[in-house]
Amino acid sequence: MEVNKITLFGGYGKDGSEEKVKEFSMEVGDIVSIVGPTGCGKTTLINDIELFANQNTPSGRRVSINDEPVPEDFIFDPSNHPIALISQHTNFLSDLPVEEFLTIHATVRGAKDVESIITETLNFANELTGEAIMRDIGMTELSGGQTRSLLIADAVVIGNSPIILLDEIENAGIHRTKALELLKRYKKIFVFVTHDPCIALMSDFRIVMKNGAMQQMISTRQEEKRVVGKMKQIDDMMLDFRQIIRSGDELTESLFNENFKVLTF
Amino acid sequence: MKLVIFAGPPTCGKTTVIRQVLKRMIARQIKPAYLKIDVLYADDDSIIAKEFGIPVKKIYSGELCPDHCNVVVLDEAVEWAEKSGASYLFVETAGLCLRCSPYVENSLGIVVLEATSGMNLPRKIGPMLTLADISVITKIDLISQAEREVFRYRVLESAKGITVVESNALYGIGIDPIVKHILKTPDVEFPMFLRGNPPVGTCTICVGKKEIGAKNHFGVLRTLDHELFYVGE
Repeated sequence: MEVNKITLFGGYGKDGSEEKVKEFSMEVGDIVSIVGPTGCGKTTLINDIELFANQNTPSGRRVSINDEPVPEDFIFDPSNHPIALISQHTNFLSDLPVEEFLTIHATVRGAKDVESIITETLNFANELTGEAIMRDIGMTELSGGQTRSLLIADAVVIGNSPIILLDEIENAGIHRTKALELLKRYKKIFVFVTHDPCIALMSDFRIVMKNGAMQQMISTRQEEKRVVGKMKQIDDMMLDFRQIIRSGDELTESLFNENFKVLTF
Repeated sequence: MKLVIFAGPPTCGKTTVIRQVLKRMIARQIKPAYLKIDVLYADDDSIIAKEFGIPVKKIYSGELCPDHCNVVVLDEAVEWAEKSGASYLFVETAGLCLRCSPYVENSLGIVVLEATSGMNLPRKIGPMLTLADISVITKIDLISQAEREVFRYRVLESAKGITVVESNALYGIGIDPIVKHILKTPDVEFPMFLRGNPPVGTCTICVGKKEIGAKNHFGVLRTLDHELFYVGE
């Protein structure tokens, strides 16, 4: 079965009151952000999606796929599971070399051309991360940023999951706006839990959470899209500063002012 | 009496799963009795008695193999549960040597495995997994999607036809399908029999000969390079 649409029906917040957002749907190609202060229930929300909540989680929410209840083999067959969740705690535990590990995953997923899919995965990951990932390095030896990059690339390319949930990737030390642009090339549903204004405004819409409940659903209007264009310039400037410091140079006032002048607003 | 046996390596989250299941059973007005078999230490029995007010019992197997202990006490444990007015007996065991499995015919066998124990675990633990009815995989939120898929695939490869339930037991996620199976468990029949065959027995080490090396032992032996052979009468 192809996943075209996933719908979440609201349940109850922490205080037992009904959620203000009664339901929202995401279709293939959509990018959605979940925003709100720490502890407001963002992670719980994506856990509900990931587990195809059927009024059996504390929130009482329910998920449907293509307007139908979720089929059982989606939940139990690993190669059919349509959702990949990359959380803040998610990690690789295997100490296999990268290539061997990806081969095992690609084989379990029934890939026909294992070599080319591994190459695609590594190329994708290496666009997100500062230092390239070598094929023969152990998975547990990867840096934090390399690990996040490979987790995302593996889920998108090998897992080919139609729905990908990403929990606070801005903390991962990867190029996040670039990641978002790369991800847009793949026809998928991406859900970001985020505190990052760029990611939130680059999404098609955002869900605002408070006290365990969905409060608002806001579509990104043209005006906000113009704003995010400007924010990306600031973001790129900050990345340039980071690069200067990372490579051992000094960030002088004149260098700072020079960078600032490039901003087009 | 319906018998539900939980097995799994130490610290895999068996007790957390059991507590979540008990919560849901008690909400349905079913009060199981609970037996804990452990080797040296356990305090789950008092925690569960306090939390749920159900009949509990604890046995330390001590010098005895815990699976061996399970075999020799289970008939009396079922009688005890019956006398205490329960319609279910939950047994939590500490599976250790991985050659036995504690499951009894007409019981429900549940193996609890933690996803964080590595992708090869399902291939390593033998009958504790292959003879179980349900495999509950815990701590799924801590590992990569890829490892999770490989883990689940290898559980199904080792134990064909087993029901796999992924759970995040701390948050009570994935517990309902387990309860659904428990409610369908048939009554145990007497005499009770172990599922599957126990490993080759009559072991000199088990009876206390501590010298290292095949030359010091008799019965069924092997050396580093030779397969099993027999020494003795």
